[in-house]
Amino acid sequence: MKDKLFKSFLFAAAGLVLLLAGGMFYSLVGGSVNAFRHFGLVDFITTADWNPRTGEERYGALSFISGTLFTALFALLLCIPFSLPVALFNGEYFKGKKIAVAASSIVDLLAGIPSIVYGLWGFYTLRPLIVSSGLNEQGFGILTASVVLAIMIIPYASSLSTEFISMVPNDLKEGAYSLGATNLEVIRRVSLPIAGSGIFAAYILALGRALGETMAVTMLIGNTNNIPTSLFDTGNTMASIIANQFGEADGLKLSSLIAIGLLLFLITAGINSIAKLVMRKILH
Amino acid sequence: MGFKSDIKYRSAADKVFFGVICFFTALTMVPLFLILWELLKKGYKQFNVNLFTEVAPTSMDAMLAKMSSELIPGGVLNGITGGLLIIVVAIVIAIPIGIMAGIYLADNPKGIFSGSVRYLADLVQGTPSIVIGIIAYAWVVKPLHSYSALAGSVALAIMMLPLIIRSTEETLKMLPASLKEAGLALGASYTNVVIKILLPSAFGGLFTGILLAISRIMGETAPLMLTALGASIINWDIYKPTSAIPLLIWEFYQNPNLVDLIWSSSLLLLLIILTLNLTAKSIARKWKIQ
Repeated sequence: MKDKLFKSFLFAAAGLVLLLAGGMFYSLVGGSVNAFRHFGLVDFITTADWNPRTGEERYGALSFISGTLFTALFALLLCIPFSLPVALFNGEYFKGKKIAVAASSIVDLLAGIPSIVYGLWGFYTLRPLIVSSGLNEQGFGILTASVVLAIMIIPYASSLSTEFISMVPNDLKEGAYSLGATNLEVIRRVSLPIAGSGIFAAYILALGRALGETMAVTMLIGNTNNIPTSLFDTGNTMASIIANQFGEADGLKLSSLIAIGLLLFLITAGINSIAKLVMRKILH
Repeated sequence: MGFKSDIKYRSAADKVFFGVICFFTALTMVPLFLILWELLKKGYKQFNVNLFTEVAPTSMDAMLAKMSSELIPGGVLNGITGGLLIIVVAIVIAIPIGIMAGIYLADNPKGIFSGSVRYLADLVQGTPSIVIGIIAYAWVVKPLHSYSALAGSVALAIMMLPLIIRSTEETLKMLPASLKEAGLALGASYTNVVIKILLPSAFGGLFTGILLAISRIMGETAPLMLTALGASIINWDIYKPTSAIPLLIWEFYQNPNLVDLIWSSSLLLLLIILTLNLTAKSIARKWKIQ
C-alpha cells in the first residue's frame, strides 16, 4: 500500500515534466495568439518592420531571426578551430592522461562564466580592439557578438566531441598504427570518420546554445532593428530584442515579443531534436 | 588520395599537426585567464568588506564619491541576500521533483512514457533562459500582478529541474543491481529500499549534481530581468521584487555613476560560481563518478 503510494508519487513527478513542457508550449502559444492573429503567422515571420508608434504599430520577426542565425552560425564557425583541437587533445593524443583531465576542466570552466560577465569583457576588452583595428567605428555588431559567443560555446562543443572521439575503438586505431600510419593519418582516416556524426551532433547542440544566448549578445550586438547584411553591421537577435523591450512592453508589442520567444523555443527544440536523433543513431 | 609515400613528409606533417593541436588547445584556455585577470585588475580596489555588508549605493552617493575621487561606497548585500532567497526557493521546488522523477526514470528505463519524459527534460534544458523568463512571467508575475522573488525562483527551478533529473538517473543507474536486490530479498519494502539504501548510496552523485545545477543558474541574468526585476533594499519577502548579484551588475553597467562597481561584483559572482563548480567536481572525483 505504502509502496503503491510512493510509486505513484514517483510517477507523478515524472509526469510533471510532461506537464511542464506542455505548459510552456501552451503559455507561449497563448501569449502570441494576439500577434499572430493581428499580423498573420507567415507575415509575422517574413516582415522586418518593428514600429511601435501607436496607430502604425507593425511588428515582424525577420530582422531578429536573421540576426540570430547570422551570429549563431558565425560563432559556430569561429569555435570549430578551437573546440576540435581541444577534443583531439583530450580524446585522442592524451586520452585518460592527467594533462587531458586538467585541460578539459579548464575549458569546462569557460562554461561556468556567466553570460553577463562575458558581455562586460566583450564590451570593455574586445570592443576597443575591434574599434582600434578600424573594422567598425563603434565596435558593436555581429562580429563582436559572434566572437564572444564562440568562446562561450567552445566548452559545449569540445566536451561532447571529446567523448565521441575517445569512444572510437582502440582495435581499429591499433590496426592502422600497425600498418605504419602516423597519428595524423589515424585521426584523419580512422578517428574522425568514425566519430564524425557524434562530432556533428556536438556542434548542433552548441549551435542551440548560441541561438538562445542573451546577455552577452544584448550588450555587444548594437541593438538596432534591421536585417544585418555584413559582419560589421549591427542588429538584434531574438533573445536580445526580448531582453531589451520586454520590461516596458504591453498589448500587441508584448504579444509580438512572446511570439518571438515561441519561435526561438521552436527553433532550439528543433535543433536539439536533430542532435538527439543523430546521437541515438550512433549509440544503437 | 592514398598515403603520401615519403616517410619524412608524413612524419613531418604528423609533428606539425600535433604542434597545431597543442597550440590551439592552449589558446582556448587563454580567455578564461584573460577574463579573470581583467576582473582582478579592475575589481580588487572595490573588493572589500563593504561589498558583503552594504547594499548597493544610490546613483547620487556614487557620484559624490567619484567627484571627491574616493572609492564608491556600498556593496552588493541586497544582491547576495536576494540571490540566496531566490536560489533557496528554486532548490526547494526543483530538488524533490527532480530526484523523484530521476528515481522513476532509473527504475523504468524503457517505454514510451519514460522516453518522452527524458526527451522533454532535454528539451526544457535546451530552452534559452530568456524564454524560460517569459514562461515564469506568464505563470507567476502576471497572475500575482507583481514582479517577485518567487517568479525568479520558478524560472531558475525550471532550469535546474532537467539537470537534477539527469544526474539522479545517471547516479542511480551506476549503483550495482545487487544493492537493491539484497534489500528486497531481506524483505524491505520498495519505499524503504529507495529511501534507506539507494538514495544514501547515491548521495555523492546527487549532491554533485545539485551543486553543478546551482552553479549553472547562479549567474543567470536574463530570466531574472523578466521575473525578480531587482530591488535596492534587502528583501526577504518572496512576493516582492528582489535583487540578485547578476541583476545588480546589469544595473551598475547601465548607470555611468555606478559602472565602476561592475568589476568587484562580477569578481565576487565568478568566485562563487567557480568555487561551487570546482567543489562539485572534486567531490565527483572522490566518489569516482562522472
